[in-house]
Amino acid sequence: MSRAGNLSLVSPRIGVVTFPGSLDDRDALRAIRLAGAEPVPLWHGEKWLSDVEAVVLPGGFSYGDYLRCGAIARFSPAMESIIDGARNGMPVLGICNGFQVLCEAHLLPGALIRNDHRKFVCRDQRLRVENADTAWTGCYQQGQEIVVPLKNGEGGYVADQRTLDELEAEGRVVARYVGDNPNGSYRAIAGISNPEGNVVGLMPHPEHAVEELTGPSTDGLAMFSSVLQSLVATA
Amino acid sequence: MARVVVDVVMKPEILDPQGQAILGALTRLGIEGVNSVSQGKHFELDVDDDLDDDTLTTLADTLLANPVIEDFTIHR
Repeated sequence: MSRAGNLSLVSPRIGVVTFPGSLDDRDALRAIRLAGAEPVPLWHGEKWLSDVEAVVLPGGFSYGDYLRCGAIARFSPAMESIIDGARNGMPVLGICNGFQVLCEAHLLPGALIRNDHRKFVCRDQRLRVENADTAWTGCYQQGQEIVVPLKNGEGGYVADQRTLDELEAEGRVVARYVGDNPNGSYRAIAGISNPEGNVVGLMPHPEHAVEELTGPSTDGLAMFSSVLQSLVATA
Repeated sequence: MARVVVDVVMKPEILDPQGQAILGALTRLGIEGVNSVSQGKHFELDVDDDLDDDTLTTLADTLLANPVIEDFTIHR
């Protein structure tokens, strides 16, 4: 009753899945709260998604990155429901390890491999938003440059030439690295979407750039406001 | 029980930073004649004798390897 200023009386519920080895689930939940939605913690072992309207797969090292990053998490009970939901239009954002999980689940094309320079990279990274029409980027301007943290060991985005050309032609490159390519990603790709734009994978971390005190900027917050806006618009 | 081996390597067109690091180390060791190195994974599975080839292919294709970036070979 007291949610004055919100576009709806009930805030959309947005889930964040915790896998064994997830690191950034708490920050993702916090970013969702700051954006004005209701954050809902989800457990990888639960198939039931607690009536959430969108899901964030957070960063970290699910299952210790055993076998390949995201390869085991992709078969968790929660992922079964998320794959079904994503195919039916539910917005899903995979950040870092979450991006790797989405590629392993074939919700997004390509794969993420070890950084070409073989070292872990951790820095504030400038990105250009190449597509402001997805469920997760509607609050950005096309071509807007943002700065958010980047931290990965296996963040090199790779795909065959045909897939890369297809992504470019369909506007599915959502964000690109500006300046030095930090991890050898083909065509400096930092994030991509599925053809419908409801599933987005991003290697850098918008959830760490939502407050002045703890982030290099607050540029990441718009990613979570975007999905909120798209959920309210379609409600 | 039968022993099945599945070998997984990066597709040749995908950059293999670990293979390149090994190649660099070989050069520093003064070993000549090695032109490229591809690092992969080797899985040993103890399986029932009657486990069919299709099942083995499925498990390699869906879990042991990511066919987007890797090739696999099954030896039984």
